Amino acid sequence: MASFAFYLFALLAVSGGVLLVTFRNPVTSALCMVLSFVGLAGLFIGLNAYFVGIVQVLVYAGAIMVLFIFIIMLLDLNDEKPVKFKSSTLLAGVAIPLLLLAQILGVIQSGLQGEEAEFTKIDAETMKVSAAAFPEESAIHKSLSHEKSPKLPDTNLIGHTIFKSYNFPLQLMGALLLVATVGVVVLSKRSHTKAPTDS
Amino acid sequence: MASLNEFLFVSGLLFAIGLSGVIIRRNIIVIFMCLELMLAAASLTLVAFSRFHVHNGLPDYNGQVFVFFIITVAAAEVAVGLAIIVALYRARQTINVEDLTSMRG
Repeated sequence: MASFAFYLFALLAVSGGVLLVTFRNPVTSALCMVLSFVGLAGLFIGLNAYFVGIVQVLVYAGAIMVLFIFIIMLLDLNDEKPVKFKSSTLLAGVAIPLLLLAQILGVIQSGLQGEEAEFTKIDAETMKVSAAAFPEESAIHKSLSHEKSPKLPDTNLIGHTIFKSYNFPLQLMGALLLVATVGVVVLSKRSHTKAPTDS
Repeated sequence: MASLNEFLFVSGLLFAIGLSGVIIRRNIIVIFMCLELMLAAASLTLVAFSRFHVHNGLPDYNGQVFVFFIITVAAAEVAVGLAIIVALYRARQTINVEDLTSMRG
């Protein structure tokens, strides 16, 4: 059953990617990108990464998609003219990714196989054991060792990891977002002092 | 549950699709979307290894924190990149990469 969900979401992600590359109209491409990201979010949730999956949907399928569509509409782009692709470009665009894919397949072939590559199960019993590493009254411990329905509190655990080991990177990230915001405002301001250079 | 290798294969496939889009397409916005697809494919690898490397009965959350940071950087990158594209369109009235050759040496 879980395997069926994997193939469904993997198909969704891959077909979304293929359609993104093949459609001529940029709006359709943006919608296919969302399809692909929703498939990826499904795969994340299948890997017990609930928080990352939800963030993927919120940020990519929500915010970034709206930004792309907004810019496409703002620039009022028509369909791409049916330009003939240069055959050399097309050849490079198929051959180089195929080469990369072959290489990745080779690496996977030489890696773990069969039983070794299976994921370890995380169920009520293993969670009860791992709860011992956290203080009795913490939310993580309570959720892991809940009597009736123990759940993997992955949002709490990610927060725990971030604030324990990644405090400085988190603050850098905040600074990065601030710099990006300021940069976007500066970039999109029309300069009145200089006439735009025509080419 | 599907095995680690299947997740790695899907991730590699998505990365290859994104790469081919970057090489083939001529519309700079679509190229940008393909770049996002490549970033997301790399995140899938990180999450798969995070789940695979079970430590003390729990997934290794360092990988998922990394994905969280990647998503943040990608969001900032999209905002700045799209602002550059708008500025470029104002100056040149085109977003076709074949018409933007002023940086050719």
